[in-house]
This record gives sequence, C-alpha cells and structure tokens, in this order.
Amino acid sequence: MIAELGNFALIVALMAALWQAVFPLMGAVRRDRALAAGSANSALAQLALIAFAFGCLTIAYAQSDFSVANVVQNSHSAKPFVYKLTGVWGNHEGSMLLWVLILAVFGAAVAMTRAGSLKVVTLAAQGAIAAAFIAFILFTSNPFERVLPAASDGMDLNPLLQDPGLIIHPPFLYLGYVGYSVTFAYAIAGLIRGRIDAEWARAVRPFALAAWVFLTIGIAIGSWWAYYELGWGGFWAWDPVENASFMPWLAGTAFLHSVRVVEKRGALKVWTVLLAILAFSLSLVGTFLVRSGILTSVHAFAVDPERGMFILAILALAIGGALTLFALRAGALRAEGAFQPASREGALIVNNVLLVTMTATVFIGTFYPLFIDVLTGERLTVGAPYFNAVFAPLTLLLLFAMAPGAVLAWKKGRLGAAFRQAAPAAGAAAVAMIIALWMTWPKSAAAAFAAGLAVWAGGGALIELARRVDLFSSPKRSLARFAGLPRSFIGMTIAHVGMAVVIIGAMGAGVWRTETVRLMNIGDVISAGGYEATLKSVDEVQGPNFISETATFDISRNGRQLDSFAAERRYYPVRQMQTTEAAIRTTFFGDFYLSVGERQTEAGWAVKAWYNPLVLWLWLGSGLLALGGVVAALPAAQRKPVQSPAAEGAPA
Amino acid sequence: MSRLFLYLPLALFALLAAWFAVGLRHDPSRIPSVLIDKPLPEFSLPAIEGHDNALSSENIVGEVALVNVFASWCVPCAIEHPQLMKIAAEEDLLITGINWKERPGDGAAWLRRLGDPYNYIGDDADGRVAIDFGVTGAPETFVVGHDGRIRYKQVGPITEQIWTEDIKPVVDQLRKEAEK
Amino acid sequence: MKAVSLQFLIVLMLAALLNMAAFAVEPDEVLDDPALEARAIEISRNLRCVVCQSQSIDDSNAPLAKDMRVIVRERLTAGDSDAEVYAFLVDRYGDYVLLKPPVQQNTVLLWAAPALVLLAACIGAAFFLMRMKRADEEAGDTAGDNAKPGL
Repeated sequence: MIAELGNFALIVALMAALWQAVFPLMGAVRRDRALAAGSANSALAQLALIAFAFGCLTIAYAQSDFSVANVVQNSHSAKPFVYKLTGVWGNHEGSMLLWVLILAVFGAAVAMTRAGSLKVVTLAAQGAIAAAFIAFILFTSNPFERVLPAASDGMDLNPLLQDPGLIIHPPFLYLGYVGYSVTFAYAIAGLIRGRIDAEWARAVRPFALAAWVFLTIGIAIGSWWAYYELGWGGFWAWDPVENASFMPWLAGTAFLHSVRVVEKRGALKVWTVLLAILAFSLSLVGTFLVRSGILTSVHAFAVDPERGMFILAILALAIGGALTLFALRAGALRAEGAFQPASREGALIVNNVLLVTMTATVFIGTFYPLFIDVLTGERLTVGAPYFNAVFAPLTLLLLFAMAPGAVLAWKKGRLGAAFRQAAPAAGAAAVAMIIALWMTWPKSAAAAFAAGLAVWAGGGALIELARRVDLFSSPKRSLARFAGLPRSFIGMTIAHVGMAVVIIGAMGAGVWRTETVRLMNIGDVISAGGYEATLKSVDEVQGPNFISETATFDISRNGRQLDSFAAERRYYPVRQMQTTEAAIRTTFFGDFYLSVGERQTEAGWAVKAWYNPLVLWLWLGSGLLALGGVVAALPAAQRKPVQSPAAEGAPA
Repeated sequence: MSRLFLYLPLALFALLAAWFAVGLRHDPSRIPSVLIDKPLPEFSLPAIEGHDNALSSENIVGEVALVNVFASWCVPCAIEHPQLMKIAAEEDLLITGINWKERPGDGAAWLRRLGDPYNYIGDDADGRVAIDFGVTGAPETFVVGHDGRIRYKQVGPITEQIWTEDIKPVVDQLRKEAEK
Repeated sequence: MKAVSLQFLIVLMLAALLNMAAFAVEPDEVLDDPALEARAIEISRNLRCVVCQSQSIDDSNAPLAKDMRVIVRERLTAGDSDAEVYAFLVDRYGDYVLLKPPVQQNTVLLWAAPALVLLAACIGAAFFLMRMKRADEEAGDTAGDNAKPGL
C-alpha cells in the first residue's frame, strides 16, 4: 500500500509541476494576478508531494518490504538500519527521487522569495524541469515497482556505499547540481524579460553561491571517501563521473566571478547569462553521463539505453530551449557601464578565461574517447596523466592571476601598483617554495613551484584584507573596519585562501607522498614518513552483514610509541564483494596510511604503507572554500548610510 | 556579426546532442582487438592436469580453428559451455582452449563435469599467453584462418544466436578460402 | 521480471569490477633494483587496467593488472626501454591501454584543444576589454572607484 501511495503522490506532483510550468505564465501574460500567484503555491505543493513519496520509499526500506523491486535489489534484512535508510538513494531510482526532491526544495525556496518581476517566469522554468524529471522517474525508473511474488530477502546494497561518507556525498552533490537549476531558471526569466542587471545579479547570486557551496562540499566528501575507502590513498582519479561533478563546479565558479561584473558595472551580461545556462547544462550532462552508461565508470548506475534517450530528450529541450532563447534575446542586452582593462573587472575576466578553458578541457578529455569511437570506431583512453599534464599549467596561470586580481581597484586600477602591493606575497611565496624544495628534494620541483604560487595567490587576498582593515594602524580601528567590510569581500578572501590550501594539499597528497610495500608476519615492521607500524595481530571479526579480517598495528614515530590502529578487509557474502578499510593516522602535517592485502602463503600478508603529507589540507581548504561561499551569501550587513556604494566588496 | 555569435552555443549544443544520440548506441565496454588480421601469436603451453593434448601455435596454424579462453572460475564460461559442446558435436572444426589463470586440477575437474569440447587445451596458469592475445576477460574466442591469421574476436559467451549470426559465417568463409 | 534479472546481471558484473579495487602492487613483484622499480612504477601509472575504469595497473588489484605489472617488470629486467615496454602492450591491447594517449593523428585535437580554447577565450576577452576601454574613455569618467586607500 505504501508503495502505491508514493507512486500516486509522484503522479500528482507531476501534475502540479506541469501546472506550475504553464498556467502562472499565462496569468502573467494576461495580467491575471490570481493565476500568476498560483505558481508559489504549486511549488510548495510539489515539495510536499515529493517529500511524501520519498517518505513512502524510505518506509519501504525501513520495513525491508521485499515486495518492492527497488528494495529487493538494494537492501538486505541484515543490513545495519542506518544503511537501510540511506540505501534509498544508493541506487538509480531512489537517487533520482532524491534529485527531484531537492529540485522541489529549491523551487519552494524561490517561491518564498519576495515577489518580483522575475519570480513567475523563474518558477515556470523550474516547474518545467521538475515535470521532465518526475516523468523520467515515472516512465523509466519507478522506484515503487512491485515484484510478485515478494522476494524472501534482498540483494544488499553495494558495500562500497555502506559508508558514512557516501551517506552524505550524494545529497550534497545533488544540492549543488540541482541548485544551479535556479540560476538557470533565473537566466531564462532574465532573458524573457530582457532584464539582466544589478537587480537580477543580486537575486541570483545567493542561489548560485548556495549551489556552489553544496557542490564544493559534495565533491570534497566524495574525494575524501575515495581516499579512505578505495585503499590506495588517491583522492582524485579524473574518472568520468568525478569530472561530471567538476565541470559544473568550474563553470559555477566562473559564474560567481562574472556575475560580480554585472552587479557592479552592468557589463558582461551576455557572457554571464550564458555561464548561468552552462552551469546547469553541465549538471544535466553529468546526470546523462552517469545514468545513460554512455561512458562506463565504476560509479555509474545500471545502464539502460532507454533511460539514456529519455535524459537526452530532456537535455535537448532544456539546454536547446535555453540556448535558442539566448540566441534570440541576448543581443538586446546592453552594457550600462564600462571599465579599463587593468581593473578588478578585467581581472575577473581573466579568471573567466582560465576557468572556462579548464571546463572545456575537462569536457573534451572526458568525451574525447566517445568522440573518436563514434567517428572512427577506434578506442582510446584519456586518463589521469592527460588531465594532470594539461591542467597543471592552467592552474598555475590561475594561481598567478589570483594575487593581482584580488588587489586591483574596480573600474580603473594600475597593474604595476597591484604587483607592488602584492610584493609581500611574492616574498612569502619564495620562502614557501624554498621550504618545499628543501623538505621534498628530490621530488618534483614543479610541485614546490605550485605550492609557492598557491601562497602567492592566498597571500594576495590577505594583503588586500590587511589594506582594507588598515591592519597596521590600531587593533581597535582595524576591528571596526573589519566589521564594516562587505560580506562578499570577506567571503572572497576566505575562499581564495581555501583555494591555496587545497592546492598545497594536492601537491602533498599527489606528488610528495612516499610509499613502501612488503610482506608482513606478526611482529614485522613497516615504515613510511618516519612512522613505523608493527603488526600485532590479525583476527577474523564478524560484522552485521560482513566478515572482517582485522589487522592491528602498533605505531610509533621516531622511536616514540603512539597508539595502535587497525586496517580491515571486509567480505560481504550477499554481494560477494570485498572492501578494504585503510588504517589512517591523521595529523595536520600528514597522514600515515596503511592498507592490508591478501595473505600470501606462509610469507605473510601484503601490506602497503604511505605517508601522505598535507593531505588533510585538501579537506580543510575545501572547508574554507565552502565557508567563504557561505559568508559571501549571507545577507549584507546593515550599512551606514554615509558609506558610498562604491566601497563595496570584491568577488566571492 | 556579433548576433551570429549568439547562435554559436546553440549550434555547438546541437552537434553535441546528435553525437550523444549516436554514442548511446555504442557499447562502451567494447574493446576491438588490435590482433584482427594479424598472425596468431607464437606460443606453447603445457597440457592441463590429466590431459595429454597440450596446445601450441603450431597445432593451430594450417587449419580453421577456434581459440577459446576459459576458466572454471568464470561464470559466463559455464553459460557458454553447452554451445561449445554443440559446435564440437556438429561441426568439423578445430576447437582449442586456453585454460586461463587456473589452479592446477580445477580446469580438468570442470571439464570432467561439463564435458570436453576441445581438441587441444593449453594451461595458461600465469596468464602470459592470454596477454599476448590481448585478452581482457573470459570467455573470449578467436577465429583463426588456415593461414594462421586471427580473423574474428568474440568477447563474452558464444550463444546460439551469436554462433549462427556472427561466428559461423566467418568460419564458413574461412573454410572457402582454405579450399582455394 | 526480465528487466530485474538483466539488472541483476549488471550488478554482478559491476560487483566483479569493484571487487578488484584496492590493493595493487604486491611485495613479490617489487624489483630489487630501485631505479628499475621506479621506472616500473612510473610506466604502470600510465597504463590502463583494461578491465577497470579510470584506474592504472599500478592502482588496481585486478588479476589482469597484476599480470601486466609483472610483464612490465619482466620487460624492463630484460633491458627494454620505456618506449619498448609501452609498445609491447600497445601491440596487444591497442592505444586503449595508454592512460595518456600519444600525440598522433586521432589525438591531435585532444592535445591541441586546451591551447585552442585558451587562445579563443583570450581573443574574445581582448576584444571585449578593448571595447570596454573605448566605452570607458568615451564616457570620460576614468576615476577609479576605490583607488584611494583612505576612502
């Protein structure tokens, strides 16, 4: 009964979404206020209905209702309860339901905003997207389908997904992907109304920031999960599905920068609205990529060409429609202000040039094998070594531009003065570079250079902060000035420092890591990065739905005894799968990371140890990025009326 | 001029969508063999336990033959096996097997249980010869012409349909070539 | 029900793939000569585990990846150059086995693309900036907004 109720709620939600897409728009055209006002209510109703449907599926999982096909395929009676609940979105159908639920949450958020000229059209665009995806679920991926007769037990959830990191990774990722639907809808509304201006920028920016923050957190959690769960200490593999989340992030980051030019100067409108369309389009392309099976990938859900065609049709309508509108209407947009090339606005454009090149690079690299396959039938692989090779110079350029970019004045600045102002950051960068070289010699000198540039980039942002608060006057005065700073400027500073920290972490974990591998018996010692681990015992432990081989190690550093930790290999009998649980000792400066392989005859167990310097900085930096986004999205502080609007801040 | 530029994103997207639509029909797991029309790799493998019909490339060259990569641990191989038995019974065709990465005795026991369709079987315990064939998984089957060149590669189990529609025509063609 | 059984098969296949995640280089493979071993690792990182997705044979625990790692080390010990080792595997598995495709006819576009996009973006940006500069100078108001630190 529960499944049928959920199914019914979803059908009604589809009707609500269709209504929202069509009638309020007609109301707006006919100036029928009552009809136009209905869109907010239908957005809220849609949220309630989808939440209800999602609740029904969750109950089916909680009760292990094995008459529902989706539960049979992804759950098991012995699975821990929390994973029964999170198993709801650990599969294609359930995760699509989460996707539309989040879409409805954003729709409701728009519905709660102040009524403005853009709202009705924005909600209509949102309704259309929601209708398309609810129809996709109902027609191709219905999670409420029954199996008759009911199965006696389920097939369990993929054990790699039975993990706290993967409980929260997809929701954040979808919050990010779907959040850009609001940016997209605003772009449609702005184009239809012919109004892409400061008001539009102010309305759309909080949503773009929210989506960006969620996506940042989602990607960071995903990479953290890969780091500790996949057992080889990697944090980013340039897998197609990872790239699918990275492309909207890059395009969204470009948008956050260019929208400042629209807000501040009323220029760069055509480009900014295109980026708004692009960010969500890339989210949709990502969805297509993951769920159509067009490129196989470890992360991909079950492959089905019919689903692929359906999503492709949605893509064609949404993206094709938006770009048609863009082609017809963007020409009417007129710049209101102007600026000199050497200015903050100019720096933001340099940022956009680089970020868009990066987006295109990831896109081309990801789809190139398919391109060649369709063209000639030849099979190629484009993997991490390619992406690392082409991404490195682009990243270095971006880091280089960040420091002068952060200190340049709006409208008309002086490049020479900007570099002079950033000079202390150059000093700090040189010091950082020398330290990195000294500590990691003879590892890659290029990585030390990159770390130095990261310090330069973060330093530039901090120097501008110091100038704005007049740091070297008196603490009281500085504090007062700090309180008066625009949130967007503080957010930008935090995010730029976060970016620098992420880059340094990536150099540590990606380039400066050291590894050893050996066969170990009880009492044997393995060492990496000054740590030593002694194998104490290997025990078989029975988990709820797995059997674990747990290897316990005593660890010491430079002769000093520390604690002990354990690495596991788990076997999940229902899925006949093995997972590894690495033993990790995390410090601010680096991780000692151990992974245990199969027992090899009497010689012992194969054990691999890594020292991953600064890997924690990856997540700390990601946290700073997200924090910067949150701060920038906060409502502006109460301004003193005397303050001129021109003193407003920097990009987020 | 600049108006035309505004149509550029739409045009690019249209190309992309068309290309995705074609791409959906492509099987991403398909890896074409680079060995097609190349001579069979030279190899010599010992016989599996309890058998005396060891396999080397010399056994194959000069005849139209199937080279089938199999293992007892491979689930789809068991699905394929009845079809191989049927081919062995119905066709006058050299069927050879490479027993891939098998513990001693497992392959022989498996064949005792399911029947033995092979004229020659080589024991490729360390998987070296399989790599010479560019094997990515089991089962895989190569069709070799009488001139010793590989002409066709089947990835995954041979089903009745695949046999009659894809492989048998190749075999018949190769036999015709051999008679000339 | 047919759809369900098909899905189950896919799940099985996926499971087989994922089973192979994890351990990678095993101690019995490691070469005694550290210089040779370093070359072996570097080569292994550029070779695709053909039964996995986006994993190099250095990262993969798949049995086939192990076989390929062993072969890489055998070839190196036999005195092959790096290029010869790559060629050995490309002869058997095609360019598909290379994670970093070589620059050749069907990859020219791939390798040129980032530079071409960057060039196009720079030209577009330069035109736009020049237009803005002209517009700014025509407006005659060239005072910076917050150029004065004391403001």
